[in-house]
Amino acid sequence: MFDVQRMRAQFPILAREVHGRPLVYLDNAATTQKPRAVIDAERHYYEFQNANIHRGVHALSQEATDAFEAARDKVKNFLKAPHREEIIFTRGATEAINLVAHSWGRTNLKAGDEILVSEMEHHANIVPWQLLCEATGAVLKVIPIDERGALVPGAFESLLGPRTKLVGITQVSNALGTVNPVADIIRKAHQAGALVLVDGAQAVAHLSVDVKALDCDFYVFSGHKLYGPTGIGVLYGKREHLEKMPPYQGGGDMIAQVTFKKTTYNELPYKFEAGTPHIAGVVGLGAAIDFILSVGLETIAAHEDTLLAQATRLASAFEGLQVIGTAPGKASILSFVMKGVHPHDIGTILDSEGVAIRTGHHCAMPVMDHYHLPATARASFALYNTPDEVDALFRALRRVEELFLK
Amino acid sequence: MSDLRDLYQEVIFDHNRHPRNFGALPEANRHADGFNPLCGDRLTLHLRVEGGVIQEARFEGAGCAISTASASLMTEALKGKTEAEAAILFEGFHHMVMGEPVSVDLGKLAVLAGVSEFPARVKCATLAWHTLNAALKNESNPVSTE
Repeated sequence: MFDVQRMRAQFPILAREVHGRPLVYLDNAATTQKPRAVIDAERHYYEFQNANIHRGVHALSQEATDAFEAARDKVKNFLKAPHREEIIFTRGATEAINLVAHSWGRTNLKAGDEILVSEMEHHANIVPWQLLCEATGAVLKVIPIDERGALVPGAFESLLGPRTKLVGITQVSNALGTVNPVADIIRKAHQAGALVLVDGAQAVAHLSVDVKALDCDFYVFSGHKLYGPTGIGVLYGKREHLEKMPPYQGGGDMIAQVTFKKTTYNELPYKFEAGTPHIAGVVGLGAAIDFILSVGLETIAAHEDTLLAQATRLASAFEGLQVIGTAPGKASILSFVMKGVHPHDIGTILDSEGVAIRTGHHCAMPVMDHYHLPATARASFALYNTPDEVDALFRALRRVEELFLK
Repeated sequence: MSDLRDLYQEVIFDHNRHPRNFGALPEANRHADGFNPLCGDRLTLHLRVEGGVIQEARFEGAGCAISTASASLMTEALKGKTEAEAAILFEGFHHMVMGEPVSVDLGKLAVLAGVSEFPARVKCATLAWHTLNAALKNESNPVSTE
């Protein structure tokens, strides 16, 4: 039985106050808080194991290497990837997408080729492709969204063609909460001969991911949205692609042999991990995955769905409040605007009540343009949020109304 | 945190609901666009400057209460000021919202002093002023608070 209070006790930060009020943290889509297990794992690494990896013959180096590589196995199992060398550690989802755009993209794309992304993408899944298009003459095409914030039915299929080389699609929209039918998209893209990169940054903390069943070519996510540390993320890539791709960055660890005449590269996954990596972050990410799996993603999703349903109900009874993103089966995100009040003002007033939400464009300016809005307010839920906190959000929104509209 | 009422004073609500000098200015001879990429606030400032004196100032755009009120109050304060006087006002205003000592009389602009207690909102208050700077220099690229 899921006990939210027992869950909360594992997150030290949730005990703090903000402006003299209990913290109500509803900015989980930006980053999640960290459980004791993750903080302890990083601390343990630095206090007992810190050493550089893959080099030393001494005990600490071996222990650090073991801890680092054990985390790679945890990620592999978490994503249900067939092979451990398909897991590349990066700084985050953003760097993982840039790696693919740079390494795969510049090798495989030529002028006139097409890349498809959706209108609901985060800037991280737009701008690297724009840079690639500038460099190669490829063309970026956009799958439009409808008024609910779902992909326009049939639009992807009509854009997909013989020139499509890659489809970049988010599994869950960070600005709207929409869950995309990625399995269907991947199947159709493959029939057309295109590869698919799935941006899982917003999905991994809510949905169970199986990259083998999905058959995606690339899958990326960030540790910090998964109750793990900042500064660490993952690129999963099918081995057949990664093997053919040139290195993204050069340096130590990614080489087999270096002479001034010729350098040969290390095998996967090290070919893509130049320099000393964020070892403590990788260890922390491993602990975060253990934590999530111990709770269970289905349990987490069911809890968050209850909170989202409660919030959606309260929102629909709130005059002047409009929910942005109403696709069926959304995950954990309530984006909204209030008539007569700018989201930025909502954010400041909520903060004074101890309620932390995100306001702005959520790094998805095209979504804002779609709705003709400069910004939205966004509450996003995690496994440690409670029905009382959802009520606190709406009490604080009444205070906004009182201040601004009375 | 200081009281919200220090930030959201009645004058600010009033200027947010009923911005002064809001709209186009066909006879303007200086324009600039301002943009705060963090929150999406945009404004366009129109000035009619003659003989080094700001005869008229109007603005258009959409923003939060702080940026709208700041732009509204600024356009009121600018009327009849020389470009040099406007620059002095900007400097004083900037000191005020940064919580630094102010040596000029800011008049009604002083209602925005509470912003200094809310660092995340300083850029909302200064967007109009950065845009003014660009308009006086007649810069064609939009200014950004970032």
